[in-house]
Amino acid sequence: MQIPPLSERRELFCDVLVIGGGTAGTMAALTAAQHDVDVLLLEKANVRHSGALAMGMDGVNNAVIPGKASPEAYVADITTANDGIVNQRTVYQTATRGFAMVQRLESYGVKFEKDEHDEYAVRRVHRSGSYVLPMPEGKDVKKVLYRQLRARKVRSKVTIENRVMPVRVLTVNGRAVGAVGFNSRTGEFVTISAGAVILAAGACGRLGLPSSGYLYGTYENPTNAGDGYAMAYHAGAELSGIECFQINPLIKDYNGPACAYVANPFGGYQVNADGNRFVDCDYWSGQMMAEVKAELDSARGPIYLKLSHLPDATISEIEGILHTTERPTRGTFHAGRGHDYRERDIEMHISEVGLCSGHSASGVWVDETAATTVPGLYAAGDMALVPHNYMIGAFVYGDIAGEHASEFAHGAVREPLPEDQIASAHELIYRPLSHADGPPQQQVEYKLRRFVNDYMQPPKTERYLSLGLESFERMRGDIAAMGARTPHELMRCAEVTFIRDCAEMAARASLARTESRWGLYHQRADLPLSDDARWFCHLNLKKGRSGEMEMLTRPVAPYIVPVPGFDRPDGVENEPATPGELAGAWA
Amino acid sequence: MAQATHRIDVPVSVDQSKCIDGCTLCVDVCPLDSLAIDPETNKAYMHVDECWYCGPCAARCPVDAVTVNIPYLLR
Ligand SMILES: Cc1cc2nc3c(=O)[nH]c(=O)nc-3n(C[C@H](O)[C@H](O)[C@H](O)COP(=O)(O)OP(=O)(O)OC[C@H]3O[C@@H](n4cnc5c(N)ncnc54)[C@H](O)[C@@H]3O)c2cc1C
Ligand code: SF4
Ligand code: SF4
Repeated sequence: MQIPPLSERRELFCDVLVIGGGTAGTMAALTAAQHDVDVLLLEKANVRHSGALAMGMDGVNNAVIPGKASPEAYVADITTANDGIVNQRTVYQTATRGFAMVQRLESYGVKFEKDEHDEYAVRRVHRSGSYVLPMPEGKDVKKVLYRQLRARKVRSKVTIENRVMPVRVLTVNGRAVGAVGFNSRTGEFVTISAGAVILAAGACGRLGLPSSGYLYGTYENPTNAGDGYAMAYHAGAELSGIECFQINPLIKDYNGPACAYVANPFGGYQVNADGNRFVDCDYWSGQMMAEVKAELDSARGPIYLKLSHLPDATISEIEGILHTTERPTRGTFHAGRGHDYRERDIEMHISEVGLCSGHSASGVWVDETAATTVPGLYAAGDMALVPHNYMIGAFVYGDIAGEHASEFAHGAVREPLPEDQIASAHELIYRPLSHADGPPQQQVEYKLRRFVNDYMQPPKTERYLSLGLESFERMRGDIAAMGARTPHELMRCAEVTFIRDCAEMAARASLARTESRWGLYHQRADLPLSDDARWFCHLNLKKGRSGEMEMLTRPVAPYIVPVPGFDRPDGVENEPATPGELAGAWA
Repeated sequence: MAQATHRIDVPVSVDQSKCIDGCTLCVDVCPLDSLAIDPETNKAYMHVDECWYCGPCAARCPVDAVTVNIPYLLR
C-alpha cells in the first residue's frame, strides 16, 4: 500500500471512546450506553471473539458471594498475596461489586454453577476464602455479551468499529481528548475526538518469548501486545508495579492454563517428579511461582498437574471443561502427542514474562473510579492496576469506567485535536511502508523478545537488567528500519513499538526497585532481601516533560480493612471506609 | 535488503472443497486476522503464520471446513 497523506483521514466523533472490546471494554460500553452518551467501541480484532474470552472462560476466579466469603477477607487475602503493597480501595470495589456483576451477567444469560439448594457453588483455591465459581457454559460468555451490545436500545448508543486499532491517545493541556489509529484491513488513517477515553486493551502478553519460540504462542491473547500500557504511558499517565511481572504455571509447550482453578476442586493438584505436592496452595501468586521455579530447577523436576488418580467419570468431566471452553485446543494438543489424562499427568512449565494486573499487579495506575492520572483517561481490565483482578474485576472496572467516563464526558469542553500529535502517530503507523524492504516484523519482534528472555526473566540482577535496557535502546534502531507492505503488517509493526516500550518500562522499574519482592515476580538475585524501610511503597513511572522515563514512589494508602497477621512496616493506621463512601459498597 | 522465501507449516487449514463461495465468517472473527479469502478461488485460507490456536474460525464455520492444528513449534 501507499502512505496516505496526513490530511486524508476518517474523522470519528463520540462522547466516550472505548479502546478494546474484550472483557472490560464490552462492559464499559454497555454501562456507558446506560448513561446517555454516544459510545464508540474500537477493537483491533472482532468484538464477537476478541480478547481473553475469545472462546469463553472456565470459571470466575474471584467472586465474593454473600454467605460464602466476605469482601473484607477477600481484600485482606489480596493484600497478603501482594506483600501489602495494594491500594485496598481499588480491590474493595471488586470485592463488593463482584456479586452484583455475577447477577448482571446472569440476567444477560451467562450460567454459573449452582448446588442442589440453588446456591452458587463456589470452590476454594485461594489460601483462605472460597472465590472460584465455575461457569458450566462458559464458552458462550462473549456471545452473550455481544448480543447485549447489539440489542436495540444499546445499538443506538454504541457504535462498534472492528479492525480499527488506535496507537496513541490524544491530549490537550494534559487531558485526554481522543485517539488516533488506523484500519488494519484498509490502512485508512483514523482520528477520534472524544469527551473521555477508556483504555481496555488488555495485558502486555507479547513481552517475553514463549519457550516454544512461537511469537503468538503466548499465555495471553497475542492481540494484547501491550498497546494499552504504551498508549497510557505516551499520554502521560502513571503506571505502577511494572517490576511485578506476570508469570504463570502452564501446560508445557501448549502454554495455556491446565488449570489448577479447574482441576483443584475436582481433586487435581500439582506434584513434582517424585509424586509429592510441593505447594501448599494453588493460588497463582509470586510466592507460588517462586516455589514452582525452585522445583523445576531442582532434581525433583519436572512438575505435573496430577489427574491420573481420579475416577474416569471425574476425568471426563474435567475434559468436558478443558477441551471445550477457554482454550478448547488443549484436547487437540494432548491427542496430537497421544497423551490421555487417565494414564499420564500433565507436564507443566512456567510461562514467559508479561505485564498484567488481572493475574499479577502491573498496570496503569487507577483509583477506585478507574481514573488514571490523566484527566478524561480511564483504564480497566488487565492493564489497570487492581491486583489479581481477573475476569470479574475486568467486568467490575469496565462498569466503573463506563459510569465515570460518561460523567466526565458530559461536562467535557471539546477541543480541536492536536495536529502535532496526529502527525507523529501518522509517522509511527506508516513509517515501515517507506522502506518496505527493511527487516520484517517477525524477525525484529523475535529478537526484541529474545532479549526480554535473556535479560529480564527472574531472578533479575542489575547487570542483566542493564544489558536488557541497552538492548531495548538499540532496538529502537531496528524498529525504525523495520519494513512493511500491507496494512496487516503495519499493525504488527506498531505492536512491536508497544512491546519495546513495555520492555523498557519493565527494565527500568526492575532496576529501580532495589530489593526482592513478590516471590518470583520481582526476585533479584543480587538483592535477595526485602527492604521494607525503603520499599513499602508503590513504584510508579511516567513520561517526564523531557520525554525521558521518570520513576516516582507513592505511599501505600491507609488500609480500609485490617489484614490479619500483617503489620504495616510504615506503621500507618487503618482508616475504615465510611459506609456508602465507596460506590456500590456491600449491601 | 536481500529477501528469501521459506516454507512454513501453518496451523490452520481450510478444506477447499467444503468452503462456501461468498462466505467470510472465519475471516471475520479471527482475532489475529490471519485468514483471508483467496481472490482467485473465493475460498478461505491462512495468509500468515499468526495463530493463538484459539478456535473461533472453526467454531463459526457453518460447514466444518476449518481445522485448527497446534502450531508446529508447539505440537
Ligand atoms: C487463557 C486465559 C485464561 C483465563 N482464565 C480465567 C478464568 O478461568 N477465570 C478468570 O476469572 N479469569 C481468567 N483469565 C483472566 C481474565 O480473562 C482477564 O483478566 C480478563 O478477561 C481481562 O479482560 P480485559 O478486557 O482486560 O482484556 P481482554 O478481554 O483480553 O480484552 C482486550 C481487548 O483489547 C483489544 N485490543 C488490544 N489492543 C488494542 C488496540 N490497540 N486497539 C484496539 N483494540 C485493542 C484486544 O483485541 C482485546 O479484544 C484468563 C485469562 C487468559 C488469557
Ligand atoms: S485458531 Fe484463532 S488465531 Fe488461529 S486462525 Fe483460528 S481464529 Fe485465528
Ligand atoms: S467459515 Fe467456513 S465456509 Fe465460511 S469462509 Fe470460512 S471456511 Fe469457508
